[in-house]
Amino acid sequence: MSTIASPAGLILLALAVPFAASAVIPLFRRRPNLREAVTLIAAAVLFALVLAIAGPVMGDARPQWAGIQVLPGVAIAFQVEPLGMLFALVASALWIVNSIYSIGYMRANDEPRQTGYYVCFALALGSTIGIAFSANLFTMFLFYEALTLSTFPLVTHHRDAEAMRSGRLYLLLLLGSSLLLFLPAIIITFMLAGTVRFEPGGILAGTGGTLLAVLLGLYVFGIGKAAVMPLHRWLPAAMVAPTPVSALLHAVAVVKAGVFCVVKIVVYVFGLETLAAAGANDWLVYVGSASLLLASCIALTRDNLKARLAYSTISQLAYIVVGAALANATSIAGSGLHIATHAVGKITLFFCAGAIYTALHKTEISDMAGIGRKMPVTMTAFLIGSLSIIGLPPFAGTWSKWVLALGALDAGYVSVVAVLMISSLLNVAYLLPIVARAFFLPLPEPSAGAAKLQEAPAPCLVALCVTAALCIVLFFQAGVIENLLAGIFASPSSTG
Amino acid sequence: MEAVHTLINHYNYVITIFLMVGGLYIVIARGNMVKKLVGLSIFQTSVYLLFISPAKILGGTAPILDPAYSVYSNPLPHVLILTAIVVGVATIALGLALTVRINEAYGTIDEDEVLEKDPEP
Amino acid sequence: MSQLIAQLPALQVVVPLLGAVLVAFCRGGRTAYFVSLLVSLLMPVVSGLLLWQAIIAGPISYHLGGWQPPWGIEYHIDVFNGLVLMMVSAVGALVMPFAWRSVADEIDEDKQAWFYCMYLLCLTGLLGIAATGDAFNAFVFLEISSLSAYVLIALGRDRRALLAAFRYLIMGTIGATFYVIGIGLLYVVTGSLNIVDIGSRIAGAAAVYPHAVIAALAFITVGLGLKLALFPLHVWLPNAYTYAPSVVTAFMAATATKVAIYLLARFAFGVFGQAFDFRTLPVADIILVLSVAAMFVAAFVAISETDLKRMLAYSSVSQIGYITLGIGIANKPGLTGSIVHLVNHAMMKGALFLALGAVVYRIGSARLSDLAGIGRRMPWTMTAFTIAGFGLIGTPGTVGFISKWYLVAGAFAAGQWVLVFLIVGSSLLALVYVGRAVEVIWFRDTGPAAARATDPPPSMLAPILLLMAAVVYFGVETSLTAGIAERAAALLLGGLP
Repeated sequence: MSTIASPAGLILLALAVPFAASAVIPLFRRRPNLREAVTLIAAAVLFALVLAIAGPVMGDARPQWAGIQVLPGVAIAFQVEPLGMLFALVASALWIVNSIYSIGYMRANDEPRQTGYYVCFALALGSTIGIAFSANLFTMFLFYEALTLSTFPLVTHHRDAEAMRSGRLYLLLLLGSSLLLFLPAIIITFMLAGTVRFEPGGILAGTGGTLLAVLLGLYVFGIGKAAVMPLHRWLPAAMVAPTPVSALLHAVAVVKAGVFCVVKIVVYVFGLETLAAAGANDWLVYVGSASLLLASCIALTRDNLKARLAYSTISQLAYIVVGAALANATSIAGSGLHIATHAVGKITLFFCAGAIYTALHKTEISDMAGIGRKMPVTMTAFLIGSLSIIGLPPFAGTWSKWVLALGALDAGYVSVVAVLMISSLLNVAYLLPIVARAFFLPLPEPSAGAAKLQEAPAPCLVALCVTAALCIVLFFQAGVIENLLAGIFASPSSTG
Repeated sequence: MEAVHTLINHYNYVITIFLMVGGLYIVIARGNMVKKLVGLSIFQTSVYLLFISPAKILGGTAPILDPAYSVYSNPLPHVLILTAIVVGVATIALGLALTVRINEAYGTIDEDEVLEKDPEP
Repeated sequence: MSQLIAQLPALQVVVPLLGAVLVAFCRGGRTAYFVSLLVSLLMPVVSGLLLWQAIIAGPISYHLGGWQPPWGIEYHIDVFNGLVLMMVSAVGALVMPFAWRSVADEIDEDKQAWFYCMYLLCLTGLLGIAATGDAFNAFVFLEISSLSAYVLIALGRDRRALLAAFRYLIMGTIGATFYVIGIGLLYVVTGSLNIVDIGSRIAGAAAVYPHAVIAALAFITVGLGLKLALFPLHVWLPNAYTYAPSVVTAFMAATATKVAIYLLARFAFGVFGQAFDFRTLPVADIILVLSVAAMFVAAFVAISETDLKRMLAYSSVSQIGYITLGIGIANKPGLTGSIVHLVNHAMMKGALFLALGAVVYRIGSARLSDLAGIGRRMPWTMTAFTIAGFGLIGTPGTVGFISKWYLVAGAFAAGQWVLVFLIVGSSLLALVYVGRAVEVIWFRDTGPAAARATDPPPSMLAPILLLMAAVVYFGVETSLTAGIAERAAALLLGGLP
């Protein structure tokens, strides 16, 4: 019987904390400060627990909780391995920052239904941790669906016609793809392999190449949260949500859950050798690259800041999918690294977008001339985030793009290196002009009744400064992440 | 010729089929509820015939044990049909009761007229 | 005590029958209610004991009146019909506390005693069909349950219930009569009415009279198809479920069609499966095609419905398509999916219709436009509704997922990739109609009709919440439902994969 302090107990605690928080938050609906405190405490406790689990995992342990059997061969079970560890660390750390930002944003914009908002956030984070720590496909699927359902009220927060329309598209695309493609893929995997557990080296050895390719397709398109084109439309549609929700969707939980699932399945269900030997991953490299470039091109045409960032995200997610498709140790390390670096970079950009909206009520880039003078901190953070996304030193994104390029060369795909370079140029083209416009163009004449120009509320500023700093910190600490990820391919020393 | 002979020899089954199909036709083709029930009743009657016809064993006597006879007609289908008749009676009675209530509620017992008053959604 | 245990199969049927007679002599609705409540609460105990015995000791054979089968009537209870018995009696027991207020609200005072009399007769009939091992006895119980069902439906408040009951009567009687024709043909070629006995003789009979056996199969399939509302023979169902009293809809949606499906499976595999491999028969393909048609067409109609009761009725036709699909696939995972969905759907639809019954009790209507924003006024009820709705979609963590899992596994094992995607594709349709209802219930401002609503009293809320808990519990802990269903499927297929 595992005790609370044992790794298995820690896993269960880490899962319990956000779900318990979601039950406790409604009790304080009339005391907003206490209510927000519950969220912050829960986020901090969760991060501490995840850190506590991280220690043993860095040392090659693989804590697990054996779980409840649902069907013969299918159970709800958890096991922590390096990829999941990284994802959980990113998610739990950024929840704290995002909650601080939410407080500033929601109060400054006087948003309604805030209690429900924080409850759904907690549920979404709980589901994310569930995905990160899942030991098999069923558990992953269970929490994946829970994530979709818990983020739906967040996307439709404003409850107006446009929000409901977008929410319906969101639900239809995500639930639809998961039911139509992801679920059959899981069942077929079960029928082929006799199990749905994640095992190092995969469980599908000995399956034919065509079947593997088809199955891979079912997974990649079934995991709609990875936003591989053409199943990407939900992401721009979800921009109708309040900005902290978009930050959550784009950095912390939903999209990262999607690509995390893809990478984890490629490594632990298919197995890199099986996949590469059968050549079943070839098509995905090309489809992923196409998604990458196309989304960047579309981003160039979008004047709405959040829409531009949404398409940028679709493009950046494709990096991770291509890394998985290249199917070698280096490219997987690059994918994992990109999960972390893109998260901090994008969340900074979204925080800035939300700050601009809160302070100036501006959403279109063409309106944002000269705002750098009035919001210097925000726009500097935006610059840092942009440079990280573009991949210039000394910002975190440099390393992930570097390792991904190395992975492409290792796999013999020189074309992918070219794609990465072109994409970086496109990133420059759609991100830097925003900064340039903000700093180098003059402010327009203030019209009668325009909002007073000022910086964003304090909690928002704190949050975006923290994430911008993280972009720099991760540049120097990338080695730690790489060591963690190397553990994927080392043989595990112990479990428990 | 063979076919005609078979038909004539199995006239009881021919009648059965005729009643069966005729009864079903009335149920479908007539809108008046009492007529529908009549058709249903005819249809059910054909089934009684279907069961009883094979029960009569050629050369068999009434199913009462007697040392002088060795071949008896089969009494079991008669038992089954008694049950089925009772079920049929209950069904028709219930159907007629419903017809009375529909008449009270709508003022007509024609299905089409009832549907006019309360159109299908 | 062991004397009592030995008589349980008979008691399962006789107790509600005597209860019905007793209630017929009652004047007031209250006495009638308490007798019905007592009987309904006893039935799961009996079923549970029978199922438990069938699981550990193998099939129970009870000779009615001491007459030896195949001349006498035999009650044959194995894991399959033990599970069905358990399901019917459990639903009956859960529906009774709900009925205390719901019936008082929806049915005239002077008719309430007769209502409970008919309800107990319906229960008798359904339990009898599941318990008996004699084909003609099954017909008798089929008609007992159907006739009482027609009366129950006709007791609805809306006058359209009368026509709905009449049409159900016509179609149901034709169905039962077709079934009897099939039984007659089987009797003529095998000389027996005992289902197990017919099964052992049919191979020989089919060799000599193949046309008669095929004709019998056809009649039985169509006859039971009318009873179980197989597309396109489902036409009676939407009106019957919509206009019947809430308790009746909940009870019947969960049980009546399921028992007919049980009987069909019993004949398809236990009788005809002994002569031919069911999979090789064209009828299996026909059932497959009709099931897929049911799954999609009924779901499309459900999407366009504005009355929630009607929407759920069409949803039932769609879900019945899933169950018959498993029978059409006819391999072990497929049949397991069928049987487990029999039980799972009873839980989900029971919860949904009872929740709607609570809404009708509070605001008198189940139209979607009247339910705007009612989630905030009736949170517990609507949470149960939402969770059961997720079950219909097949969300993991609910029972619906388990059924879908097995059905997809069955389709894949049969090499039918198209079926795999058809099964999950129809879940998308369920997503649309459930999603639409959930959106109106939770995400709209509270309308004038919904403003009067509050959660129903505990006697009505408890069964709803219990069923909701069951939908989640049996979605995770499946040894009782899927475990037994697997054994039943193995039993029916008799060793075929």
